[in-house]
Amino acid sequence: MEFKDLLIQKINDNLLGLVFTPVEFREELSLTLNKKDIVRISRFLKDDSELSFNLCEDITAIDWARRTFRFTIVYHLFSMNNKFRLRLKCDVDEEDCAIDSVSSVWKTADWEERETYDMYGIHFNNHPDLRRMYMPEDFEYYPLRKDFPLMGIPGSLPLPKK
Amino acid sequence: MEKLTKEDVHPRIIEALLGADSDITVEDALENEMILNMGPQHPATHGVLRLLLRLDGETIIACVPELGYLHRGYEKMAENMSYYEFIPHTDRLDYLAPLSNNVAWVLAVEKLAGIVVPPRAQYIRMLVCELSRIASHLVAIGALGMDVGALTVFLWTLREREKILDIWDILCGARFTNSYTRIGGVANDIQPDALAKVKWFLDQFDDNLKECEQLLNRNRIFIDRLEGVGVASAKDAVDLGLTGPTLRGSGVEYDLRRAAPYLFYNEMDFKVITYPEGDCLARYFVRVDECRESAKIVRQILSKIPQGEVRANSPKKVLPNKAEIYSKMEELISDFMIVNFGINPPEGEIYSAIENPKGELGFYLVSKGGGQPWKCKIRSPSFVNCQGLPLMIKGHMVSDVVAIVGSIDPVMGEADK
Repeated sequence: MEFKDLLIQKINDNLLGLVFTPVEFREELSLTLNKKDIVRISRFLKDDSELSFNLCEDITAIDWARRTFRFTIVYHLFSMNNKFRLRLKCDVDEEDCAIDSVSSVWKTADWEERETYDMYGIHFNNHPDLRRMYMPEDFEYYPLRKDFPLMGIPGSLPLPKK
Repeated sequence: MEKLTKEDVHPRIIEALLGADSDITVEDALENEMILNMGPQHPATHGVLRLLLRLDGETIIACVPELGYLHRGYEKMAENMSYYEFIPHTDRLDYLAPLSNNVAWVLAVEKLAGIVVPPRAQYIRMLVCELSRIASHLVAIGALGMDVGALTVFLWTLREREKILDIWDILCGARFTNSYTRIGGVANDIQPDALAKVKWFLDQFDDNLKECEQLLNRNRIFIDRLEGVGVASAKDAVDLGLTGPTLRGSGVEYDLRRAAPYLFYNEMDFKVITYPEGDCLARYFVRVDECRESAKIVRQILSKIPQGEVRANSPKKVLPNKAEIYSKMEELISDFMIVNFGINPPEGEIYSAIENPKGELGFYLVSKGGGQPWKCKIRSPSFVNCQGLPLMIKGHMVSDVVAIVGSIDPVMGEADK
């Protein structure tokens, strides 16, 4: 059995009631799931001895600007034993702009979630230290949102007085 | 280095530094506890890395890294330019190995657009990747030696690196910020002089590297400053997402050239170097041995490199040759379309990563079918590796911070994007 099929079968068997849609593009597997399930599936994918997705490579978000669910949070996981990369995606609405943090599963998620918060303003529940990563603390905007202009907003960063 | 007052530091940093259960404040700290601000302008932090340290005497109790002093918003800029236009910007990420970044970017775009690249171009890309790995590791070794007081070795490793820069000069006309790769191939074929120079470089490299090594490997001070300092266990290293020599120095055999082969690395014979100790010295040994393995790969490339084209022939996606643009109508039109509107990859998303000298450099691209990426995320190894600093630094002295930062070898251009 191919690893992909094994993965999907294991999720179906072990995580009852978890709804997900697998999509394959350029031989990369992505699973789109409900945002309330993210910690549950992350914990399972990491702890299962056969799957063992022990490396969380990247966490980021996409701003779709005009869709019903404005943001999608994207997780890239890698299983060192199986040499397989998996992408998880969760849609997040602008009204309820929050998702549970996976930093309790992978420590590396700490900074990556901070970066996502800094750039998109998405709140991560239960994050140990949700501060801005790059921008100053008193910066009011989220630079990677599509409504933030490329040239920046004049006056948004305090400059030394003349 | 100065003593900070509470107003200078964000309350949450204070909280992290002092621990939630402690009622110590900065003003009335215990007599020998203080908060030390190291960087962002500090010669030993390799760029604008700022570390806030909480000290008990000279022992570090907690460390909070602060990033963002070099944040230029490359991800935002990538969303507003075509895939071709972003190639020169990748040079400025990890500026010690620009060619490697170029390769990472074009591989990501080619995967997204489904372009097949001729083998000769792939071999040239592998060659420049390995040369830039040697160049970057040489700087890392030299700077680490210099940070802990062995100044000579820095001059010697930079002398070797200079030879690689000379090769790049012949190859693409620039020593830094090369922008040599193109989507679908490379800018120009590798010249016979460049190949000859690579051969010459390899012939003398082993002896010269050994010389540099001899300055360090039996240097009592160097060993004492690095051995057992900044230990990250294999489990912690994987959990923190460390990659590259930092991870392999902790004994985890993870190298994308083996784990998820790209280019022709599956045909190359090389060893993935690991050292189990997980301290600064192990990371140094990994880098030195990797230089040798890279030289071995370059030798194999030189013997295996096939003849042929260096750019794919698919005029809708890949820039045609200049001679054809000036003489043929079709090529002129596609050149115009590519330059003005960009290539239009199909709607979709890909993640493509390569093993850069510092670790795993990945690009996550989302296309909506237009000429510009809808979303571009740079997974930079230095950024993630810096996250290991608090763990490694805790319990050591202030002077060890310099060695630990040097052994991780972060490049802030990449960590801050």
